[in-house]
Amino acid sequence: MDKGFSIRRMPGFTFIAVACFLFLYLPVITLSIFAFNAGESIALWKGFSMRWFVAAWANTDVREAATRSFQVAFVAATCATIAATMAAIATTRTAPYRGLTFKFAFINQPLMVPEIVTAVALLIVFSRIKVWTGYSGIGYLFLAHSAFCIPFAYMPIRARLESMDLTLEKAAADLYAPPWAAFRYVTFPLLWPGILSGFMLAFVISLDDVVITNLIKSGGQETLPTYMLGQIKRGVTPEINAISVVFLLLSIVVVTVFFFVNKKKV
Amino acid sequence: MGSAQDIVTSEERRDIRNRWLLSAPALFLIAIAAIGPLFVVLLYSVMLKGDYGDVKFWSFSRDGWFEVFFQKDIFDDTVSWADAHIIVLWRSIRLASYTTLLALVLGFPTAYFIATRDEHRRDVWLFLITIPFWTNLLIRTFAIQELIRNEGLVNSVLLGLGVISTPIQMMYTDFAVMLGMAYVFLPLMVLPLYSSMEKMDFRLVEAGYDLYAGRFQVLRKIIIPLVKPGIIAGSILVFIPALGSYVTPRMLGGGKILMLGNLIDLQFDQGRNWPLGAALSITLMAIVMVALLFYVRNASKSGAGHG
Repeated sequence: MDKGFSIRRMPGFTFIAVACFLFLYLPVITLSIFAFNAGESIALWKGFSMRWFVAAWANTDVREAATRSFQVAFVAATCATIAATMAAIATTRTAPYRGLTFKFAFINQPLMVPEIVTAVALLIVFSRIKVWTGYSGIGYLFLAHSAFCIPFAYMPIRARLESMDLTLEKAAADLYAPPWAAFRYVTFPLLWPGILSGFMLAFVISLDDVVITNLIKSGGQETLPTYMLGQIKRGVTPEINAISVVFLLLSIVVVTVFFFVNKKKV
Repeated sequence: MGSAQDIVTSEERRDIRNRWLLSAPALFLIAIAAIGPLFVVLLYSVMLKGDYGDVKFWSFSRDGWFEVFFQKDIFDDTVSWADAHIIVLWRSIRLASYTTLLALVLGFPTAYFIATRDEHRRDVWLFLITIPFWTNLLIRTFAIQELIRNEGLVNSVLLGLGVISTPIQMMYTDFAVMLGMAYVFLPLMVLPLYSSMEKMDFRLVEAGYDLYAGRFQVLRKIIIPLVKPGIIAGSILVFIPALGSYVTPRMLGGGKILMLGNLIDLQFDQGRNWPLGAALSITLMAIVMVALLFYVRNASKSGAGHG
């Protein structure tokens, strides 16, 4: 056998893999570079400038949409994480019981239905409720986002719970800790990284959503993604690139934190 | 003895009841803002369409479902196939399949590449795959749009090099939509492929070479069968969101290359035909369910469930 022979190598695979990583990153990098363009174009480089970041910051529509996005993401991620944590405790570390599979299917359902279908379903229901109640506030966005964020919050929390055994909780119970105290002083501190990961995933998912929000929002309820979608339709200046860069950085920070929080348990 | 057993069961019963109480908020939220509305869609699909959108409540009609596949001539009432809808349906299935294939061709070697790195290096590569997955889909589609527009980078570079004299029209084509979807869904292919390859026993590959198999034979007869669950999981994970795609065809197809998601949206927007939109939604969901069932059956057969 010749010296360079490695059983793990496949000819051409490394080449395709490198091409694949370039394919994943080049478009986003190009987009980010043009956020710093001094010119009006998003393809013709006219020198370095921060003017589009300044313009985006000064744009009240952008600020309003960004504030709303964060507001929705915060409320939705909080509700989803609380509900998901309770559900995860209820569905792990137990012998199979009646209805357990049903619960799994139910909780993961938002992942299995195409977003556009959920969006029109909510559009139908909410428009009917709007007529009945006359309420057309931001509560609809809170509700919809909380629901579709649950499976994302649930995943890491469940994974974390499954890696914890019941010994410590049993010990707490043996020492006459009431269930609430056992949760507060034993389960919760151990589960914390999972809950944090779940919250962050839910937050990012809510922040990124465009399809559902776009269909169910009432007038004047633009979030950052729906605002961007509207702008892109109209033709764009590097201002959109500048907003994108901030958005991308935010996602990257959250994912990085998530990655390291999850690494620690291993 | 009997009474002791009773105590255990009543304790168990209490435990199960507590577990239902604990899961109630999550189940409730999903019931009212995800699953419940789907039943309302089903209901709307069999109602008469309203004049300005919405439906005429409680007047039932088959029109919604009829119009998914057929159309009636407005003058002589002759029934013919609804070509426009069938074209969109066929395009959705075709583009979703091409996207899956492209993602597989790109994703398989990439996953293999990652799985054959040193153990501590793998995390870095995986991380690089995961980042795009968690970044905004709209922004990533926008990034592709920027590259392939007539005034975009690809055309500018090609023009500058003198390879072409007029820009290649890539936007608003099937190709643009497929490329965009492959771009945004690629991580969904790589991650499950990687998780099956990581578990693969390379001694089997070695055995193949010892028995004088060539690279291609090892790939075809050993590696591919071993990672088949990953291939199926990845393909389903790409196919399903691609089929129901809305943002990508809207941005890169520009109203010309409609997919099912856009057709559905159209019925609730300018079309003002909610029953048809509802029936199309159920149709899309039915196709997705078939794909999922196929996946679940395959996953349970090969014994590796999670993707």
